[in-house]
Amino acid sequence: MNPIAALGGLGRTILGLFAAFGRVTLFALDALSHIFRPPFYPREFGIALLNIGWLSLPVVGLTAIFTGGALALQIYAGGARFNAEAVVPQIVAIGMVRELGPVLVGLMIAARVTSSIAAEIATMKVTEQIDALVTLSTHPMKYLTAPRVLAALITVPALVAVGDIIGIAGGYTVATQNLGFNPAAYLKNTVDFLETRDIVSSLVKGAAFGMIAAIMGCYYGMNSGRGAQGVGRATKGSVEAAAVLILAANFVLTGVFFSL
Amino acid sequence: MIRMENVTKAFGDNHVLQGMNLEIPKGTSMVIIGGSGTGKSVALKCILGLIQPDSGKIYVDGKDAQKGDRDAFLARFGMLFQGGALFDSLPIWQNVAFRLLRGPLKRPADYAREIAIDKLRRVGLRAKVADLYPSELSGGMQKRVGLARAIAADPEIIFFDEPTTGLDPIMSGVINDLIREIVTEMGATAMTITHDMSSVRAIADNVAMLHDGVIQWTGPVGQMDASGDPYVEQFISGSAEGPIEAVR
Repeated sequence: MNPIAALGGLGRTILGLFAAFGRVTLFALDALSHIFRPPFYPREFGIALLNIGWLSLPVVGLTAIFTGGALALQIYAGGARFNAEAVVPQIVAIGMVRELGPVLVGLMIAARVTSSIAAEIATMKVTEQIDALVTLSTHPMKYLTAPRVLAALITVPALVAVGDIIGIAGGYTVATQNLGFNPAAYLKNTVDFLETRDIVSSLVKGAAFGMIAAIMGCYYGMNSGRGAQGVGRATKGSVEAAAVLILAANFVLTGVFFSL
Repeated sequence: MIRMENVTKAFGDNHVLQGMNLEIPKGTSMVIIGGSGTGKSVALKCILGLIQPDSGKIYVDGKDAQKGDRDAFLARFGMLFQGGALFDSLPIWQNVAFRLLRGPLKRPADYAREIAIDKLRRVGLRAKVADLYPSELSGGMQKRVGLARAIAADPEIIFFDEPTTGLDPIMSGVINDLIREIVTEMGATAMTITHDMSSVRAIADNVAMLHDGVIQWTGPVGQMDASGDPYVEQFISGSAEGPIEAVR
C-alpha cells in the first residue's frame, strides 16, 4: 500500500473524529443554552421527567439489587483468601456509591432512554414532523431537546441515589441472610465508612451521565438519515456513543474526585 | 407576493435548483409540476427557510425571506406536508391547535379546542375525531387533519406538498376541492407541488413546470394544454418520449 495514501487515510479519520467531536460539542452547548432561554415547554418537560425518571426506576432497581448482592458475594469470597471477610459492608458501600451505582445506572439509561429518544426524534425527522414543528413557529431544540436534557440532568442523579441505596440494600440482604453478618453492625459499618465526597461524586456522575445520555439521543435523532435504516443507525449510534462517553466521563470524573 | 430570483441549491454533486425564478401573485394559487426528484419540495422548503439556498434571493411581499423576525415570518404560513407530518404523541385536536396552544399565538386550551373542532368540521371531519390519535386515522383523514392544521391560524400563505399522494381518486378529488374552496374563501396565496394532473386542474390559477432545476414554462392553468412547451406536453400526456428522460 502507498504510504502516502495510508497516511492520508489516517489523517482523514483523525480529522473526521475531531469534526464529529466539534459538531457534538456545538450541539450540546446549543441544547444547554435553550434550557435557559424562553419559550419553555413545561408539558414536554413533565413527560420527559416521567419517561426518563419514573419509568426507569424498575430497571435501575433490579440492576442495582442484583449487582449489590453479587458484589457482597464476590467481596466475601475474595476477602476470605486473606481473612478479610469483614470488609464486605465497607466495600459494597464504596463500590456501589463511587462506581457501580453511577456507571450501571448511566449504562441502563443509555440503553433505555438514549435509544428511545434517538428513535423517536429520528422518526419525527424522517416523517417531516421536525419540519412541521418549524413551520408551526416552534424551535425543535427548545421543544424536543431542552426538556429531555433538563429532565435527564435532574432525574438521573436521583436514579443514581436510588440505585446506590438499593445496591447497598442488595449487599445487606445477601450479607445478613447468607453470609452471617449482623444487620446492625452491617448498617453501622456502611454509614460510618461512606464520606460526603463519595456521595457528591456519585450524584455529579449521575448528572453528567444523564446529560450525555439525553444529548446523544437528541443529536443522533436530529441528524438521522432517511428511512427505517436511518432511524436504526441513529438509534444504534446513539447508544454506542452514549455508553462509550459515559465510561470515558466516569474515568475523568473519578480522577477529578479521587486522584487530585 | 412570493418571488424567487435565481435560486440555486445543490446537495453534493446533485444540483437540484439551478437558478429558479418564479413569481406567485398575492391571493393566487400556483401549482408547480415536475417529475420526482426535480426539486419541487426543495424549492418549497427554501421559501420556508427549512433549507438554505446556496445563492439567489427569495422575497415575500417584497421583504427578503432570509432576514427579519423568523417567528413573525412563519406565523404567516400554513403547510400541508406530503405524509401529513402529524405529531404521533398528541391527540388530533392538539395537532390542529398546535400553534394556538403555545408561542405568540397562544390561546386558552378550551378556546383552542373549539377552533380545532371548527377547522376539523371545515375539512369534513366530525368532532369525535378530535380526541383520537393520528395512528387511529386513515391516510385520507390524516391529510384532512393536516389541512385543518395548516389553516388553523388563518395563514396568509398556504403550501401544499403533494396533497393527494397515496389517496384513492375519490379522496383525492375531495382533498382537491377542499383546498380550492379554502384557498378561495380565505383569500390566501397558495403554492402546491404535485404530479397529479387532476390536482393541477382543480387547484391551480397558474402552473409552473420545473425541470433540470429551472422553471421551463409558467402560465395560467387554462393555457397549460396549449402551452406548446415540450416539457409540459410530455408531462401532461405521461409519455416516455420527449425531453424529460424516463430513466433518471
